[in-house]
Amino acid sequence: MPLPITIIGGYLGAGKTTLVNHLLRHANGRRLAVMVNEFGALPIDEDLIEAEDDQIISLAGGCVCCSYGEDLVSSMAMLATLRPRPDMVLLEASGVSFPGAIAGTVGLVPTYKLDGVVVLADGETIRAQAADKYIGGTIRGQLAQADMVLLNKTDLIEDDDIVRRWLNGTSGEARIVRSMYARVPFDVVFGTIWRDGKHGVEVADRYHADGYETLAFVTAPGVRPDQAVTVCADATTGLLRAKGFVPRPEGGLAQIQVVGRRGEIADAPAGAEPGVVCIGLADQINRAALAVLADDRNSITERQAS
Amino acid sequence: MESFVPVKQLSWSGGAGGAQQSLAGVLKPGPPRPGPPADHVVMRSPLRNQLLLSAGCPSRTNLVYLDSAETLTTFFIGAASLRQSIDATESDLSVTTIYSARKIITMNPARPYATHVAVRDGRILSAGALEEMQGWGDYMLDDRFADKVLMPGLVEGHSHTMEGSLWEYVYCGYFDRMDPDGKVWPGLKSVDEIIERLTQAAARLDEPTTPLAGWSLDAIYYGGRRINRNDLDRVSTERAIGILNASGHILNVNTKALQLAGLLKPGINHPGIPLDDEGLPTGEMKGPDAMAPLGIHTGFDRDLLACDEPGLRRFARLCVRTGVTTAADLANMLPDGAVDMMVRVTAEPDYPARIVSLRRFYGLTPAELIDRVLELEKRSQQNLRLGIIKVVLDGSIQGFSARLRWPGYYNGAAEGLWYVPPEHLQEIYERALAAGIQVHTHTNGDEATELALDCMETSLRKHPGPDHRFTLQHCQLADAAQYRRIKTVGMCVNLFPNHHFYWGDQHYSITVGPDRAERMNACATALRMGVPLAIHSDAPVTPLGPLFTAWCAVNRRTASGRVLGEHERISVKDALRTITIGAAYTLKLDAEIGSVETGKRADLAVLEDDPEAVGGENLKDVRVWGTVQGGRIFEAAAI
Ligand SMILES: [Zn+2]
Repeated sequence: MPLPITIIGGYLGAGKTTLVNHLLRHANGRRLAVMVNEFGALPIDEDLIEAEDDQIISLAGGCVCCSYGEDLVSSMAMLATLRPRPDMVLLEASGVSFPGAIAGTVGLVPTYKLDGVVVLADGETIRAQAADKYIGGTIRGQLAQADMVLLNKTDLIEDDDIVRRWLNGTSGEARIVRSMYARVPFDVVFGTIWRDGKHGVEVADRYHADGYETLAFVTAPGVRPDQAVTVCADATTGLLRAKGFVPRPEGGLAQIQVVGRRGEIADAPAGAEPGVVCIGLADQINRAALAVLADDRNSITERQAS
Repeated sequence: MESFVPVKQLSWSGGAGGAQQSLAGVLKPGPPRPGPPADHVVMRSPLRNQLLLSAGCPSRTNLVYLDSAETLTTFFIGAASLRQSIDATESDLSVTTIYSARKIITMNPARPYATHVAVRDGRILSAGALEEMQGWGDYMLDDRFADKVLMPGLVEGHSHTMEGSLWEYVYCGYFDRMDPDGKVWPGLKSVDEIIERLTQAAARLDEPTTPLAGWSLDAIYYGGRRINRNDLDRVSTERAIGILNASGHILNVNTKALQLAGLLKPGINHPGIPLDDEGLPTGEMKGPDAMAPLGIHTGFDRDLLACDEPGLRRFARLCVRTGVTTAADLANMLPDGAVDMMVRVTAEPDYPARIVSLRRFYGLTPAELIDRVLELEKRSQQNLRLGIIKVVLDGSIQGFSARLRWPGYYNGAAEGLWYVPPEHLQEIYERALAAGIQVHTHTNGDEATELALDCMETSLRKHPGPDHRFTLQHCQLADAAQYRRIKTVGMCVNLFPNHHFYWGDQHYSITVGPDRAERMNACATALRMGVPLAIHSDAPVTPLGPLFTAWCAVNRRTASGRVLGEHERISVKDALRTITIGAAYTLKLDAEIGSVETGKRADLAVLEDDPEAVGGENLKDVRVWGTVQGGRIFEAAAI
């Protein structure tokens, strides 16, 4: 199984550190490996740190942190050999780097699979930063490479719609997620929404209260995997992530995975059963658009926290 | 000082040393010594002795005559004791040795030229005429440099000891280049020649699967033809082969290397990995991320920039061959292990160069960086200087990653990259100014220079730093307005005129276009504005060799022969000053090195030709005999 890796980008002060710590605190037994550009400004809350050595910092809950410095490829290869193996990797890009370039490099390491590019934006300052004489181009480039833009510090802005509209024009197809203190569900940052369960579809919806919604359905007969991806990745559908298994017309199941605007199709693992799970902001999911995929409208089930 | 005239006559020691040579010929004991000629004569300094003997004596003239007989007696010391004295010069640096020379260019404005230089305790005691040196006591006259031209030991203000490390690998450059052994490897003018040299190197390897690594390939010189994996497969399909580009930003590999890295497959989508017609990588890996997966398979050490011991030694031998006695190693991470090694190696009695190693800003917060550099500074020793910060702000012009102001790149390439956020640069400047630490900032593009100037202005308002000497490294595209600001904030520049020769034609036609190509590395403007100026090779990007760099600054000739910016050419005199005291100033070492004058380290470049007489056209061809470093003599041919 390739190791899923999510890249988080964004300029200084956008809230990357807050997000990293939030995710570590909500890893829920999953072994999250955090890669930071440099150990200098270690973005980990001290109470989470258990032990440090030169290469690896051990964190609470079986999580780890390492720095990749100028040798990303080697560091990724090293992480993949850890035992126990991490379940997923979060790579924090430096403030001036382009997450898209890092994503390209991830594709060069055979044991990894890109799980998404999340760029954080400081709701208060992002527009000024994007217009800055020196870093404006860098900021706009980062936003343009995002699958999802996490518009942070929305509590500090009066009308975040203006910022969101501006972001929509800047970041292309990226989904925009508002948040305070980078409180974003684990399943949004990582494609972990799909849990291997009894019937293929089992979603733990812990997010409803935060304004997120998770849906599950089985695709209608004749819906091809590429159609499913196209609909789920369409901006008007309003999904942040989708993952599941869709029958191929020629037989067998394909695995589909969508993060924001980007989707991919791969062979399903043995034993997979048809079904798709998705997550989005409750007020943004377009159920009618999704209904096209489901075998009938009623089959879209809203998973409530149990 | 007429009173000295009689001494000069009596001691036969004036002029260019003809007298001593004949004298030494008479006195030279036994069989000829191996190595440098032993034209040494121990002399008793008349003036010094009589001053000691008769302090308060009213007439100097009398004293001179009184002492002259003693001077003569020293000519008749026995052969055996002479031999002892000769050996003493090489082992005991506390003896005063006076070297005669055809000419000494001192860079001391008060006495720009000399015929003799007196050395004691590894330092310059005096530079002038021999008769003026008599007051310093006993000395040994050494005429081995009597037909040489001496200059202050040359100072390379921006290189990397990695140049020494790279000679581990096969040289694949387009231009001739001298290795640490002094062998000149001819430039490779065709792809076939590259293949041939690699094939020869491969034949020397034992195992058929041992990787083969080369360096300094410059693909722009092969008629627009890219070097692909099929070319390198002609050398071997069994062993992985990787050739590092001259810029350091591209690695060309063969099919085997791609296989080993798991990258010989379709569907790769990476901006740094061009694909061939079949959708497979061509073998050209561009940028650090694309190069990294191949590095380990092609024999390149992982931490090439962290200097290794053999590389550090090879680098020093290159210094001797190029007349360099002090070289800046401009971007080292300086982990403790490397520092321990550098401390040990550079303290060896025969290590011939002074290495100024800068700690690159990486892996630490600005606050931690300051602490670390203050720690490093404590480990400085005579031939290893630590305690300066290097910040790399943007990329390179030929790699289109430098930050350019409007209108950007001539060919329309996207704006370049920042390697450090402005906030961090600002914080480093402020903290460093407060702590009294010097910062060198790599700014290739003029937008990067602009940012550094903005940060400098803000920081200086908070922490006025008298004599801070913060230096802009490369600073290739600064215009006159920026030089005026550079002057105002008191920064130095270390420019990169070698670029004109190696990539000037490309800068003119592709990267920045005619206007800005002609103002690149504006040495004349910098001097006109009174901005402290150094010039550099950035070895291994271009070869170590300050005289070549000086030639580039004087002539601004491109590889195709175009003069790139007639009005920014500088004089030979200015160029020579720049590669000595100019570069020393940017390293805050100008009180110790960079000129031949009393109190300075006895660092000399020993030249066969007179760089002031050969004409600017020929400056690069001035032959280097070797160096004197801290009073120790290093002959290139014997190093
Ligand atoms: Zn450099």
